[in-house]
Amino acid sequence: MIRSLPLSGKIGLATVIFWLLTAMFGPLLAPHPVGEFVDMDVFSGISSTFPLGTDYLGRDVFSRLLYGARYTVGLAAAAAMLASITGIGLALTAAVGSRVLDELLSRFMDTMISIPSKILALVLVAAFGSSIPLLLVICAFTYVPGSYRIARSLAVNLAQMDYVQVAKTQGEGRWHIGLREILPNMIHPMLADFGLRFVFIVLLLSGLSFLGLGVQPPEADFGSLVRENISGLAEGAPAIIVPAIAIATLTIGVNLLIDAMRGKR
Amino acid sequence: MSIYRLILNRIASALLTLLLVSLVIFIISDLLPGDAAQEMLGQSATPEQVAALRHDLGLDRPAYVRFGDWVGGIVSGDPGTSMVANMPVAEVIADRLPNTLRLAALTAAFTVPLSLLIGISAAMNRGGRLDRVLSISTLAMVAMPEFLVATLGVLIFSVKLRLLPSITMVTADQPWGEFLRSYTLPVLSLSVVVIAQMSRMTRAAVIDQLNQPYVEMAVLKGVGPVAIVRRHVLPNAIGPIINAMALSLSYLLGGAIIVETIFNYPGLASLMVNAVTSRDTPLLQACAMIFCSAYLLLLLAADIIAILANPRLHNK
Repeated sequence: MIRSLPLSGKIGLATVIFWLLTAMFGPLLAPHPVGEFVDMDVFSGISSTFPLGTDYLGRDVFSRLLYGARYTVGLAAAAAMLASITGIGLALTAAVGSRVLDELLSRFMDTMISIPSKILALVLVAAFGSSIPLLLVICAFTYVPGSYRIARSLAVNLAQMDYVQVAKTQGEGRWHIGLREILPNMIHPMLADFGLRFVFIVLLLSGLSFLGLGVQPPEADFGSLVRENISGLAEGAPAIIVPAIAIATLTIGVNLLIDAMRGKR
Repeated sequence: MSIYRLILNRIASALLTLLLVSLVIFIISDLLPGDAAQEMLGQSATPEQVAALRHDLGLDRPAYVRFGDWVGGIVSGDPGTSMVANMPVAEVIADRLPNTLRLAALTAAFTVPLSLLIGISAAMNRGGRLDRVLSISTLAMVAMPEFLVATLGVLIFSVKLRLLPSITMVTADQPWGEFLRSYTLPVLSLSVVVIAQMSRMTRAAVIDQLNQPYVEMAVLKGVGPVAIVRRHVLPNAIGPIINAMALSLSYLLGGAIIVETIFNYPGLASLMVNAVTSRDTPLLQACAMIFCSAYLLLLLAADIIAILANPRLHNK
């Protein structure tokens, strides 16, 4: 299966695996504790002691990046999962439920989708604050409508298929039809959608952190790393470039992988 | 249905959506823990003082009355008073809105022609080397965060080459050269994702038409490839292309939040971020409503242009 992927897909897959492993085991490899001041100099460049230089307080950027991957990848994956599962669940409910319920849910989701995601996230953060669990819920909530819309159109189409009609005439209950007949046939397209949502959430989350409204210090994800080192921009310190590149490789990698897998089918 | 009925229907449904959106924004920001009265008086206030101020601010009225008041205020151009700046929200926004509009207009003027060019030439060479190169590079660019483009841009053009400023100054009587220099980096950072998205969607729309039988007919008749695209394909693809543009340009609304912050640009998006950090609810609500209306307006305009551009709807 991997062999049949085009080159861009292989690069994407390798990047995704790299970041997943980094998120899982990165902290074990970090040469320095995440908050320790190890260099007298700030914004120092690449050297053998500090492979990616030091940040605005003289902390090791490499170690902070390894710890940051956990937040960026972990939080985004969890939020994307939550958004997809909620979206699919509601879509199945709408597809097998009463017409009024479908109408209400769809109208509500259409409204939510008309609010640009970053704006919605900002309003939510203003209202509820930004602890880690709240960020997770906010990111998931922001992307439920998109996931719902795609899942619903899939589910409604599947519900018209002959085999579902047969199951209905056999007298199967609504939940059986939703979960056993419709859901298994939605999984594949929804996986691609999950990947896209993951990319969106990584960008949203690092955007929020960059604005100082996401992951709060002393913890830091990639977005916060860019933010806290923004004063190093004028001198071109690796401390600000490296986390920005990290976000880009992660999102581009996932995108290349999804596109390659889509093209294959 | 006549074409005017169609357009009127579309406008009515956009207005309804906007009303629902305002309801959602009002409900969420109304859930803010603690209220403005408590915040303004601080911890030492007696419950009586808080109650009195709540009454003065009208916070003790039922939520639906406040919602009606708020919507009425927005429609009549007076969305309340900014709690932090202690100025009418309308004035605070009037200061910033033109800057954001200028940034958006410059970006649109730069991205639209370029994406059309990329999208159409990729579609005309579909499957060829040019198409593959463009497809992979736009695919990578779609997921590029503004941070990276902005920081790399500053690194190359401000730090290494010392050509462009890393902070965007906005002054009233900037000479032209100065104006272009200060806007180049922000516009560039915003453009990357927009161009990638727009040209991908344009390519898809054009290829969709190129696969139609009437194009094959034109090829057999001996029409050249450029004439096919110009005379036959573009008039038919205009609806989807306009839609692609509206969707990609709506991305500007979100992208502006990051770019305005990086370049210290005094626009509406950075104003909204300040409103979030300072918990300035009236200002936050007003900014959110402007962004949502802009988004809906873009989609509405795209739909109306698509309706007008579709000759099949004219004859009915």
